[in-house]
Amino acid sequence: MSYPADTSIVVDQATKSFTLRYHRTFKQVTVAMLKGHQVSDTFQAVDDVSFTVEQGESVGLMGLNGSGKSTLLKMINGVMKPDSGRVLTRGRIAGLIATGAGFHPQLTGRENVYLNAAVLGMTERETARKFDDIVEFADIGRHLDSPVGNYSSGQFARLGFAVAVHVDSDIFLADEVLAVGDKPFKKKCLERMQEIRDSGRTLLYVSHAASSVRKMCDRVIVLESGKVGYDGEVGPGIKYLKYDAGTDEEEQDEELGADI
Amino acid sequence: MSEASSTGAALEEPRPHRRVDADLAPPTARSGLLGVFQNRYLLRLLVRREISARYSGSFLGLLWSYINPLSQFLIYYFILGKLLDRGTENFAVHVFSALIVVHFFIETFNAGTRSIVRNKSLVRKMALPREMFPVASMLVSLYHVAPQVVILFVVCLFYGWVPDPMVPVALALALGIIMLLATALALLFSVANVYFRDFASVVSILTNFVRFGVPMIYPYAVVEERFGSFAQYYMLNPLAEAVLLVQRAFWVGTTQDPSATAATELPDHLFTRGLAMVGVSLVVLVIAQLVFTRLENKIPERLN
Repeated sequence: MSYPADTSIVVDQATKSFTLRYHRTFKQVTVAMLKGHQVSDTFQAVDDVSFTVEQGESVGLMGLNGSGKSTLLKMINGVMKPDSGRVLTRGRIAGLIATGAGFHPQLTGRENVYLNAAVLGMTERETARKFDDIVEFADIGRHLDSPVGNYSSGQFARLGFAVAVHVDSDIFLADEVLAVGDKPFKKKCLERMQEIRDSGRTLLYVSHAASSVRKMCDRVIVLESGKVGYDGEVGPGIKYLKYDAGTDEEEQDEELGADI
Repeated sequence: MSEASSTGAALEEPRPHRRVDADLAPPTARSGLLGVFQNRYLLRLLVRREISARYSGSFLGLLWSYINPLSQFLIYYFILGKLLDRGTENFAVHVFSALIVVHFFIETFNAGTRSIVRNKSLVRKMALPREMFPVASMLVSLYHVAPQVVILFVVCLFYGWVPDPMVPVALALALGIIMLLATALALLFSVANVYFRDFASVVSILTNFVRFGVPMIYPYAVVEERFGSFAQYYMLNPLAEAVLLVQRAFWVGTTQDPSATAATELPDHLFTRGLAMVGVSLVVLVIAQLVFTRLENKIPERLN
């Protein structure tokens, strides 16, 4: 099957199941088997999910906790392979799925920026070119040259976020966004994500905050226990999830902090 | 599907169309050892991270890499050479040259086995060739071999050792064997360790055997003398071969009559065997890679 040239992400009947292990050690497993208890079980985290995203689309991925959003994102990110079906992407992927992943607590912020950028696929020259922008965005001042182990969780997240948004990607995945950070920084992040979207990059945004999804996205996909429950326009999507009931936009702006 | 028009705020200005030249492809990282060497920049940073993290917060820093082996050598010199006065000629050099090989192997095997679990924050979130971590462990260990070789070199000069042209060849063969073999085992055990953390404990037991399975604290001549024809099976151990190669490079040259020592203390065809062992290690590495590829799919979900 071929796809048009401006297809950015293809998820084609992707299925991923996990094994639940009730007992892990030799002793536990033996005892459980003797008693006739179940030792392990599988569950479908992502169950036969199909959709395509065009280049430049901005898609909100929503769903209750445990509905398979993160697993789906990991398959699109390439960390996991689907058990069956396939996932295809076009171009470079970056995102806030892994802010600060690989930060080494004993290394300084500066060293970690280079390392993190390399992990995200940036070359040495690219990092050097963007280094000042990254530092300015993170805005952590003198702390740049002290070990990140001494950073506050907010500073840690700032630096990770700053690196991630400076990767020149074609697809931008956003998970765990804005879970930490103060209000001015959150605002800066949202603005930055809008910039990313407006530059024609594909944006996949996982969020529980209806208002920010409304602001950011032009399509919503709702997952329900691993299956696609809804795929279409934003307003009905949020209604589908019943996230709009009873709360007005004001209140939801406050919810932003409780992302994830 | 649905270009939203009704919802959303007042941000309906058309976005620039971005054309992406790349092909639609699975997003998983190009894996395998080849993928690791295609991303040498990241590998270099990971190795540097490990090296600088080891000595972070220490005043003497990298100097410790010299102090450690030097102190070890001095212990051997006084205990084995002066106090016990046993073994063979210049026994301290004999032990020390073997120890370099053994240490390199054990460090790689131990650190490599734990490498994927230790880097789980990266492995669970980023699409990287996971072979990156065992390979980085090997390179970090290799980096620490250099100061030990420098110490050995200086010590040997004190013993009146004159380098001969075969020294670099022997050293290169020995290091080549260990690099390939230790990487292979690190690959195998790193993925096994993700499934069951027991493997890290298995490795520390295995490394105990390594110390005594090579002619380090006993000379090879004893093996030939006691084991007779069984010595040929003893020499099937690539580590023993690597140890003897380093002893050929350094220790033999420090003895009174190097050619006599080489004849009595070393097995025949040392260099040919060395070359064969490089081949064997390469085959083991290919097998390890195949096994790794089969098992690595489940790594992200088994790491927790």
